[in-house]
Amino acid sequence: MSKSLNLFAPAIGITALGLGLAYGLSSRQYGAQTIETLEIRVQQIEANAARASAEAQTAAEEAARLMSERDQFQQIATDAANASTSLTAPAPVVEGTYELGRAALGEELAAWDVDVLPDGRGLPEGRGDVYTGEEVFVEKCASCHGDFAEGVGNWPVLAGGFDTLADKDPVKTVGSYWPHLSTAWDYINRSMPFGEAGTLTPDETYAIVAYILYSNDLVDDDFELSHENFTEVEMYNSDGFVVDDRPELEYAQWRTEPCMANCKDTVEITMRATFLDVTPEGGGESVMNDATTGDGPVFSASDDTVATTATDETDGLDPTLIAAGEGAFRQCKSCHQVGENASNRTGPALNGMLGRTIGSVEGFRYSNVFQEANTAGEVWTPESLAAFLADPRGTMAGTKMTFRGVREEADIAALIAYLQSFED
Amino acid sequence: MDEFFKPSRRAFLRSGAAIAAGTVAGGAAAQGTPDPKITELQDWASYTGAGVDETPYGLPIKFESDVVRRNVEWLTASPISSINFTPIHALDGTITPQGCAFERHHSGAIELSKEDYRLMINGLVDRPLIFSYADLERFPRENHVYFCECAANTGMEWAGAQLNGAQFTHGMIHNMEYTGVPLRTLLREAGLEAAGDLSDKWVYVEGADASSNGRSIPMEKALDDVLVAFKANGEALRMEHGYPVRLVVPGWEGNMWVKWLRRVEVTDMAVQSREETSKYTDVYENGIARKWTWVMDAKSVITSPSPQMPITHGAGPLVISGLAWSGHGQITRVDVSKDGGITWETARLGKQGDTKALTRFYLDTEWDGSPMLLQSRAIDETGYVQPTKDQLREMRGENAVYHNNCIQTWFVNEEGIAENVEVS
Repeated sequence: MSKSLNLFAPAIGITALGLGLAYGLSSRQYGAQTIETLEIRVQQIEANAARASAEAQTAAEEAARLMSERDQFQQIATDAANASTSLTAPAPVVEGTYELGRAALGEELAAWDVDVLPDGRGLPEGRGDVYTGEEVFVEKCASCHGDFAEGVGNWPVLAGGFDTLADKDPVKTVGSYWPHLSTAWDYINRSMPFGEAGTLTPDETYAIVAYILYSNDLVDDDFELSHENFTEVEMYNSDGFVVDDRPELEYAQWRTEPCMANCKDTVEITMRATFLDVTPEGGGESVMNDATTGDGPVFSASDDTVATTATDETDGLDPTLIAAGEGAFRQCKSCHQVGENASNRTGPALNGMLGRTIGSVEGFRYSNVFQEANTAGEVWTPESLAAFLADPRGTMAGTKMTFRGVREEADIAALIAYLQSFED
Repeated sequence: MDEFFKPSRRAFLRSGAAIAAGTVAGGAAAQGTPDPKITELQDWASYTGAGVDETPYGLPIKFESDVVRRNVEWLTASPISSINFTPIHALDGTITPQGCAFERHHSGAIELSKEDYRLMINGLVDRPLIFSYADLERFPRENHVYFCECAANTGMEWAGAQLNGAQFTHGMIHNMEYTGVPLRTLLREAGLEAAGDLSDKWVYVEGADASSNGRSIPMEKALDDVLVAFKANGEALRMEHGYPVRLVVPGWEGNMWVKWLRRVEVTDMAVQSREETSKYTDVYENGIARKWTWVMDAKSVITSPSPQMPITHGAGPLVISGLAWSGHGQITRVDVSKDGGITWETARLGKQGDTKALTRFYLDTEWDGSPMLLQSRAIDETGYVQPTKDQLREMRGENAVYHNNCIQTWFVNEEGIAENVEVS
């Protein structure tokens, strides 16, 4: 492969020199020959020159392409260098390549390029049924994963766990969680059995995967998996994933100037380390902590105006509770405003909320369930608000409020007291 | 000592020893008794010490023998597929010495010599290539400092304060100066004409160990700042970090930093390997999981005082020290609170300009001997402010396992003993 335009330039020069010599020689040595012969020679030479010119053109285009590609990579390199500090100047980008390394051979590619894509590309021919799979599984997999793929000790559970993904401790198995069957085939083929990776035949891998599907009740006991029906298997949780949405959901909220003073009214310890000495000298289990949260001190904001501002305009409400409510309301602030000049944001303004008809704030576009409550004349009471705050989507199915709910009853009471302190 | 505030035995022994020593020296000074360490001839000032070459490759002095990586046995099924923790509580500056930088293996650390090493570039490239280790050393190379953080760092803490020590809550991180070849140089050597439009292409990177850990990386990142590294902190990579060659994927989760890198395949879709579907995906409260959550968001932790680093000197001048980092670029500011987040002070940062690297911060302060709830909060160049645990839980619930970058709280009592807690 040609290296650069600099290499092409001399080549074009040499071609031109050759053409000039050809003309000179032809007129001297073949002077006695007929004009016709000369004309043929000239035509040939002209043809050669045209071809050479075309070649030179192609070569120049190739050189230009390489230059452009080089520039493109140089730009990427420069951008990367500008975006980050480097202890060395960025690596240069040459035209063409370094001609390092050697061509990969077919056998080598076949040996290492064995990954399987979600659409089944990369699967070798083969097949295996549930019965065979059970035999292979019991022999090669069960010591860690259990005879029924239920997992031994801390080793992964491969079956079951359906409908647990929203629970406190989700059980993420091939059946309940894995979105693509190709992942199971690929991983078992390349990385299992643990300590004997790469020893399974394609048929054994098909059989093991068939057995794992069966263990998850995703196929019947007479099922046979092969390269032919592989992509027909539907995975339970194939729709269970979204691409990283932190930029929209989190960065948008958390790229703000943070509070520096009086950021909270009070701070208490709510939980203490479970394991006190994590790695005891003698090894073994970590030492548990016997301390309780009540043992810790309570920190308060030194500025006591925080707790008193709301009390002036409220009758019979507990100022401490209102102050606590103001603290709890921070979790609502990203969507709701309350107090002087409060306006509708993602959620409606909340002044004078208690005693008001549900869904009645002017100018706010409510969800259907709120519009229905409004039509029915339902009113916000401490009780209905408490129920809503504890489980928004449970009490008002279809609400646009994506908040998961307030966990602590004390926080709910405090929030209601706080909201009660704001007149319409 | 209040039994509720019992520190770990090691912390206790260290603080006890320090307090004892302080009592002797301080008491002696108060009584005007000369310090025998000064007035009496000491062995080390009289006898000769170790000769050169006594330890051809030096190790830390025996007094630092407790500054080591630690594994929490019960966290994983087997140390072969497990993780340990960098002793960040005992380090200062920013560079992590290789010998105490955390390890994460899926099928154990392997011994792969430079002579046996091969790197294949294949898939949608013009020329599938094989490089030897010696080939890699002939490409222009760069030096960069980057942090590598496991996506599961602080993962135990989602459900509440668990492990008592910065090493255990935040120690799945290290920060090294890497020497390597930009991945884009190698991709260009193999040629990307065959890949056509690069905007929707991927590279699949794979390790040579039995786990054959593989991850899909978008082409844009692959061409940006990814390094094929063979040196760390000036010397060869350690076995446990992928000797002789590992991938460095700046700012992105550690699992993608494939060790013993053996293959880079250009593909037209993500492979959806085990490590990017069944693991390293974040399940949220409703059971839906986020995938492709590659970037490690801004995070910080106070390393001293901390549970393994109690205050042993009593009231007076105190250096509060810690680490901050962001996968989005530079750390621009770190705030420290002593009262659990009511008030914040801005800390002093180390060297400016490092991107996707650890930044050291100090708050040089006076301790009055009263209890503290210590927190730190990092802000990066995008303006992102490290969130509280409550903010993260509100957004994601408690089952995400990965990407917990919450503000950490240490409760320091009157005696200077620190404990991992959660606060209101």
